[in-house]
Amino acid sequence: MTSSPNTSVSSDKDENVPARVWAARGARAAISIPAFILTAAFVGYAGLARETGLTLAETLAMTGLVWALPSVVVLTGAISAGMGLIPAGIAVALASVRLMPMTMALMPLIKVPGKTKNWHLLLASHFVAVTAWVYAMKNLPDLPREGRLPFFVGFGGAISTFVFCMTGIAYLLVERMPDIVAGALFLLTPVYFLCSLWGAARLNADKAAMIAGLAFGPLFFLCFPGLDLLWTGLVGGTIAYLVTRVMRRGLA
Amino acid sequence: MSDGVMQTWWWPFVMIIVAGWLATDVWRWLGVFAGGRLREDGELLIWVRCVATALVAGVISKLILFPQGVLADTPLWLRLAATAFGFATFFASKQRVFIGVLAAEAFLLIGWLGLDWLG
Repeated sequence: MTSSPNTSVSSDKDENVPARVWAARGARAAISIPAFILTAAFVGYAGLARETGLTLAETLAMTGLVWALPSVVVLTGAISAGMGLIPAGIAVALASVRLMPMTMALMPLIKVPGKTKNWHLLLASHFVAVTAWVYAMKNLPDLPREGRLPFFVGFGGAISTFVFCMTGIAYLLVERMPDIVAGALFLLTPVYFLCSLWGAARLNADKAAMIAGLAFGPLFFLCFPGLDLLWTGLVGGTIAYLVTRVMRRGLA
Repeated sequence: MSDGVMQTWWWPFVMIIVAGWLATDVWRWLGVFAGGRLREDGELLIWVRCVATALVAGVISKLILFPQGVLADTPLWLRLAATAFGFATFFASKQRVFIGVLAAEAFLLIGWLGLDWLG
């Protein structure tokens, strides 16, 4: 996200805007730098998938069904290593734990208490991945409550459709990516996550948690490979929460 | 799992649906149910956000320190320097993500080509 988020999506007469208009506005907001960067990252992934020996249908099924790039990369590794169903499922599940607290943190934002149906939220939750989540955490609070869920679905649906198509095209067109291009595409994701996660941090607690996660991530990866991200989140997040809470309210 | 099953055309799709789709979406569904009762202004939500943010940050530092694919062939200091340069440029440009990403990529490519040329 740039420093000037899309503020034009909100106006005075927002109270009576129907859901499909909000979804269309979300889809329009998806035409953005984050979508471009995510697409480039998935183009890089298409190269990896092809080198690994996945077919086009497998690559696309993975992109559409899993829809979280780090988990997609883990599953690709598992399939190419000939891992069994259960160990592969455990590896992917461990790499995807982060989606639960991310979805939890999003729910109070997009829910209209007493009105929003659970199955709507379950469907919308499929679009929770770093790009859409960061955008939602940053921009949804500026929208009227009724518009947030359709806006998020429009945004997530448009990005995943576009990325899905571009991944397929890249798979077909790029036979062998030059090493330097593939490497550059792989660096896109972490640098993009780093900048946009900082941009979405609204509280000091968020920033502290980010710094803690950056520090603990590699440490726990070396100490408890497999469960490392879970520990990073729980330990790093809790320390960040406690420290900033003491700073906000003292020891009370 | 017998090798016969793993050779069939449909086996990868069973892997993708069970070990991919279910193994990821189950966390999203749990998040919907667990997050439904959180209050928007509550302390518990702040903690949950901290855990989520730290997890994503952990993914970031792993991708940089222990990358997959050809990026693993670049020296660690180059990846760290490129990232630091990108993040610094991100701040210098009033937090414009695009500028930060561009700066990191430029640093990486120049460093990579430079190393190739030297060695």
